[in-house]
Amino acid sequence: METYYKPEDLKKFSGITEWQKKLGDKFFEYYGAVFEEGALTKREKSLIALAVAHTVQCPYCIDAYTGDLLNQGVDEEQMMEAVHVAGAIRGGASLAHGVQMMNQVKEKLM
Amino acid sequence: MPGSLQKQNHPLASAKGQIELLNDNDSIGIPLFEHKLNEFGLDPLKPTGIDILQINVGKMCNQVCAHCHVDAGPDRKEIMTRETMQQCLEALAGTNISTIDLTGGAPEMNPHFRWFVEKLSQLEKQIIVRCNLTIILAHPRYNDLPGFFKKHKINVVSSLPYFNARRTDAQRGEGVFDKSVKALRMLNAAGYGKGNPAWKLDLVYNPAGAFLPGDQTSLENQFKRKLAEYDIVFDDLFSITNLPISRFLEYLVKTEKYEDYMTEMVNAFNPTAAANAMCRNTVSIGWDGYMYDCDFNQMLELKLNDASKHIKDFNLETLASREIIVNQHCFGCAAGAGSSCGGATT
Repeated sequence: METYYKPEDLKKFSGITEWQKKLGDKFFEYYGAVFEEGALTKREKSLIALAVAHTVQCPYCIDAYTGDLLNQGVDEEQMMEAVHVAGAIRGGASLAHGVQMMNQVKEKLM
Repeated sequence: MPGSLQKQNHPLASAKGQIELLNDNDSIGIPLFEHKLNEFGLDPLKPTGIDILQINVGKMCNQVCAHCHVDAGPDRKEIMTRETMQQCLEALAGTNISTIDLTGGAPEMNPHFRWFVEKLSQLEKQIIVRCNLTIILAHPRYNDLPGFFKKHKINVVSSLPYFNARRTDAQRGEGVFDKSVKALRMLNAAGYGKGNPAWKLDLVYNPAGAFLPGDQTSLENQFKRKLAEYDIVFDDLFSITNLPISRFLEYLVKTEKYEDYMTEMVNAFNPTAAANAMCRNTVSIGWDGYMYDCDFNQMLELKLNDASKHIKDFNLETLASREIIVNQHCFGCAAGAGSSCGGATT
């Protein structure tokens, strides 16, 4: 079935350097450095990445970080909690804008 | 879970069927393992010495695990005889082999198991028993195993693929996690897993699916933290890669994950892990006394490339200079941090 997102395209990610090698290489160097063990553990960074992947709704990133977290031995509850963090922030962001709506309503009504 | 592949007359029950599939590397676009070794100057792979004799005392098991490379189960009747065990004892006498690693099936189900352990313990070598934990609770006659292990200072090495029931039971069968917890508590009560080298209890983690294991130390820390919630302690955790053999191979094929898994292993090829492969310091003995480079080659019936093929002809000198037989499944031992019966190799 033809789809916009093809799972096999994830393997081609490194190929983005093809038409802009300098910037592509810089990106991958930066990407690699970001995910190295630092003040945060590799595991913590991968859980953040999973939550962000759901927020930006990137199926490639969801596949990649689900696999990465399974490799690291992270359990299903922990992964789902990370997704709920994404859901809470995303839902919370919408609801927080409700204050803007309330301000407008109060301004426009008698 | 259905019985063994052999009981099902499955095409992948035979070593020939498995090797034919594994050797068709071109159709999935991966290199030969041998070529990969050659690229790093490791071909032919040769022993560095023989420190471990791993003895498979039979394929009979009380469990039918979904990933089992032995295709073990209650329906398997292949059992090492006392005569073959005696030949193993004779081969070991006077050698400087430091470790004897007993595996199965469930090795405790061999009727000569306790006799063999008693004889082996007189050799004053380290003895490992790969205990699946549930055997301790499978029948009252096995309930005293923790005490027996303790008496003979056995290093108990037990599979526990995960620290929850969902993943453990999916791989090892319904109710296995709860029984394993009970058995681990019995071993702890006998003094196992508390840092005493005489009563060492190690756990084996292997992924409950088609993915490679992560960092062993990180996994060990997670297991220690999570199992503490069950009041369980253990010494070391070995992370082991599932090799594409027997039931795990059948799972990969059935779920259409074979190509991706093989590719993942090839992409993770680590020459240091290949150089540290366990086959370089181990000889594996089958239930019938035939010798192999490892337990995996044993299941694929890839007999030693040596004049001595049976334990009765055991010859340390020729064994130490043999060429190790490799095939595509060997990518599993060379992937990432490496994998062996003792965990990561790098």
